[in-house]
Amino acid sequence: MKIRVVLPVVAVLLALLASACGSSSSTKSGSGGGGGTVLTVARTGDIDGLDPHVATAFQTLQGLELVYDTLFEQDKDLKTVPGLAEKWEYSADGKKLTIHLRSGVTFHSGAPFTSADVKASLERILDPKTGAVLAANLASIKKIAVPDDATVVLDLSTADASLPAALSHVSTAIMSVADIKSGAIKTKPDGTGPFSFGNWAQGDTLHLVANAKYWGGAPKLKGVDIRVVPDESSILAGLRAHQFNIGVLSDPTVVSQVKGGDLKLESTPSLSYYVFAMNATRGPLKDERVRQALSCAINRQEVIDSAAAGEGRVTGPFTSPSYKFPPFEGLPCTPPDATATKRLLAEAGFPNGFTINSIVLTGEHGVMPNIAQSVQAQLQKVGVKLKTQMLETNTFVERWKKADFDSYITINSGFPDPHQMYVRYFNSKGNLNQVAKYHSPEVDSLMAKGLAQTDAAARTPIYRQLSEQLLKASAWVWLFGATEDRVLAPGVQGFIPMPNGSLKSLRQTTLSQ
Amino acid sequence: MSRRYLLTRAGEALVTLFGVSVVVFLVLRVVPGDEITARLGTDASSLSPTQLASLQAYYGLDKPLVVQLFSWLGNVVTGNLGVSVTSGASVSSLIGDALPVTLELAFLALVIGLTLGISIGVFSARGRDTVRDSAGQAFGLLGLATPNFVLASGIIAVLSTQFGYFPSAGSYVRFFDSPLENLQQEIWPALVLGIALAATIMRTTRSAYLEVAQQDFVRTARGKGLPERRVRWRHILKNALIPIVTITGIQFGYLLGGTVIVEQMFGLPGLGRLVLTAIEQREYAVVQSTVLIIAAAFVLVNMLVDFLYTRIDPRVRFS
Repeated sequence: MKIRVVLPVVAVLLALLASACGSSSSTKSGSGGGGGTVLTVARTGDIDGLDPHVATAFQTLQGLELVYDTLFEQDKDLKTVPGLAEKWEYSADGKKLTIHLRSGVTFHSGAPFTSADVKASLERILDPKTGAVLAANLASIKKIAVPDDATVVLDLSTADASLPAALSHVSTAIMSVADIKSGAIKTKPDGTGPFSFGNWAQGDTLHLVANAKYWGGAPKLKGVDIRVVPDESSILAGLRAHQFNIGVLSDPTVVSQVKGGDLKLESTPSLSYYVFAMNATRGPLKDERVRQALSCAINRQEVIDSAAAGEGRVTGPFTSPSYKFPPFEGLPCTPPDATATKRLLAEAGFPNGFTINSIVLTGEHGVMPNIAQSVQAQLQKVGVKLKTQMLETNTFVERWKKADFDSYITINSGFPDPHQMYVRYFNSKGNLNQVAKYHSPEVDSLMAKGLAQTDAAARTPIYRQLSEQLLKASAWVWLFGATEDRVLAPGVQGFIPMPNGSLKSLRQTTLSQ
Repeated sequence: MSRRYLLTRAGEALVTLFGVSVVVFLVLRVVPGDEITARLGTDASSLSPTQLASLQAYYGLDKPLVVQLFSWLGNVVTGNLGVSVTSGASVSSLIGDALPVTLELAFLALVIGLTLGISIGVFSARGRDTVRDSAGQAFGLLGLATPNFVLASGIIAVLSTQFGYFPSAGSYVRFFDSPLENLQQEIWPALVLGIALAATIMRTTRSAYLEVAQQDFVRTARGKGLPERRVRWRHILKNALIPIVTITGIQFGYLLGGTVIVEQMFGLPGLGRLVLTAIEQREYAVVQSTVLIIAAAFVLVNMLVDFLYTRIDPRVRFS
C-alpha cells in the first residue's frame, strides 16, 4: 500500500532530477555561442529601482553601476582614476575644476555622449526636486559651464578636494540629456557603461547585455545575469553545483563554510566598519577619559573571532586602503589594556564602573547580536555594565535619530574619500552631528584644511591627524572593518573584488566552461 | 444551498475582509518607522522639516489615518490595488506575477501532502499498535517536528553536493512557458511543504479512520461479505473524510500566505517574499493589498471546504 504510492512519487522526483541535471548542462553550453558566455552572479537582494540618482539600496547601485558610467572611477585601492573624464585640473585657488571628457563615447541608445549630458545630469542631481541621495556631496558646485562638447568647467563656492571622489559614485551617474528631458530614465536605463539593460524580472533576475561599443573595450562576456536568492546558504549550494559563477556573500558563518572543494573565496577589506558609538553628552560618557577607558578595554581581535568567525580586521577610523593609519594612534593605550582602563576610570572618578544602555541594529544576519554580546562581556570585566537592546532597522532609526541612547552598536558604510567619511558625523555643522554628539574646534579645522587641499599627497598627513583626534576623543570605538566576500566558481578569471563592493570588474572578467 | 445562505456567507466574507484590512492597516502604522525611514535609513534624521513635509506629501503620509484607509479601500473596490513606490510597478502586476508561483507551490504541496498523508494514515491505522503503526506515527511526529528550513537546507545540501544541482539556479520559469523546467523549480520546495502537510494529514486520517472503523455500519458491511478493500475505501475512509478535508482546507490557507521561508531558500519570487520585502520597505500599499488578497483566498478556500462537506456527506445541509 505505502510502497505502491511512494514509489511513483520517488520515481517522478528522480526523473525530474535526472532531466534537470541534463538540461542544466545543456543550457550552460547553449549560452556559449558568439562573444563569450553569460555569467551568473547570485546575491541576496534585487535592485529596487532604475534611477541611480535617487536609489539608496546598495544592491540597486551595485547593479546600475554596470549600466551607467561616472566622470571618475575608483581603482582597486580606491584611488580616483579617469572615467568619462579623461583629464581634469583644479585652478590655483582650488575653486574651479576643469574636466576634459573622453571622446567617441556613445550611450546604449546610440546617442553620442557630450558635455551637455554631464551638465544635465549634474543639474538634475543638484535640483532639490529630484531628491538625489548624494546631492550634499556636490553642494560646492556653484555653476556648470560647457565651453565646448568635450569640456565641463565647474565653478565652486569653496575649494573642494573631495569632488572627484564624489563624482565617482554611481549616484552621480551620467545620463543622456534627451532621456532626462523625456523622463525615460525612470523606466529604461540608458547609460554608457559596459553592459546595457536587457530585461528585469523583479525579485528574480536582472539580465544585462554586453555593450560591444564600450569605450573601455567590449566586455569578454556575452552578458551578466544577476540572480536573486535571498538565502546565503542557498547561494553557496548553487555555487557548489556550479550553477552560479559568482556569489556575493556577507554572512561570516556562511563564508567560513567555503573551504575545500573547487570554489575560490576572494575577500577584500571593505569600506564598511562596525562601531560601538557613545553618546558623549550623557552621564559618565561626558568624560573623555571614560570613553578612552572603554576603547582601551575592548579586545578588537576577540570581537572579530567570536562574532564574525574571524572575518574582519582591526581598523582605525579610516577604512579606505589609500588612507590607512595605525588603528590606535591617538589613544593613551594599545587595546586591550586592562591597566590603562582601570587607571583612566579611577582618574575620572568611576573606579567601580557604571551602567549604560546600548541599542543594537540587528541587521540581516547574526553578526550584530554576537558583537553586542562580545562587547558586553568584555566591558563587564572592567565593571561597566552594558544593557543591550536589539532593534530592527526601522525601530533602531527612530530611537537613533532622536539620540535616545547612551551608546549604540551598528555597521556604517564608508567612503573612499576621507572628507566624506566623517564630515556628516563629527563636523559641528554635519547633518548627523546631532546624533554623533561630539564635535570639537580641532576636528572642524582639520576637516576644513583637508577639504581645501587639492594635492592628494598633502592631504594624507592632515587626515592622519584627524584620525588621531577622533581616537583621542573616543566618541566611537571602531570595532573592526568588514570584508567584502565574493565566491568564484571554477572558470571565472579576471574578477577583482573591490573594497566598495563594486562589481565593475565584470567588464574584464572572462568565463570558461 | 439556498440563495439566502449564499448571500449571508458572502456578506460574512466581506465583513471578515474589511476587518482584516483595518487590522493590517493599523498594525503597519503602529510599528515604528515609515516608508521614509525605511528608504533613507539613518539619513532620514538629516532631513529638514520642509524636506520631510514634502516627502510625507509624496508618500501620502500627511493625511489623517481615516482618509488614508478609505482612499486605499476605495481604490481597491474599483480594482486599483495601488503602486509600489520603490519599483513603480502596480501592486496588481506584482501580485499577478507572484500569486501563480505560490498557488502552484501550495497546490503541489497539497497533492504531495494528501497522497502521502492519507496513505500513511490508513496504513498506520490498519495495523493499530503494531510496528507499522509506530513507523507511521514516527513519520507523523518527525514531519511535524522538523522545521521547514531544516528540511529545505537538507534537501538543498544533498542536491548540490551529491548531484551538483541547485533547483533554482535559473530565473523562474512559468508553468505555461515550459512545464518541465517549471516543475523542476517548484517540486523541491513543494516536497518540503508537502512533507509537513503530510504529517498533519496523516495524524488526522489515522484517528478519523480508527474512529469510523469501530462503528456498526462497518461491521455490517464486512458481515455482508464486501471485499475488504471496498470496506476500507468506500465505507471507512469516505466517512472519515470530513475532518481530513477540514484540516487540509486550513493548511492550504496557511500555505498561501506562509511559504515565505521556503520561497526565500529556494529563491522563488512568490507571494510570501513579496510581502516580506514590502514589510521591510514599509511599502504600505503592497503589504495591505497583498494581505487582502491572501485573506480573500483563505475565505474562498473555507467556503469551498464547506461546500465539499455537502458533497462528501449528503446529510450535511446549509440553510
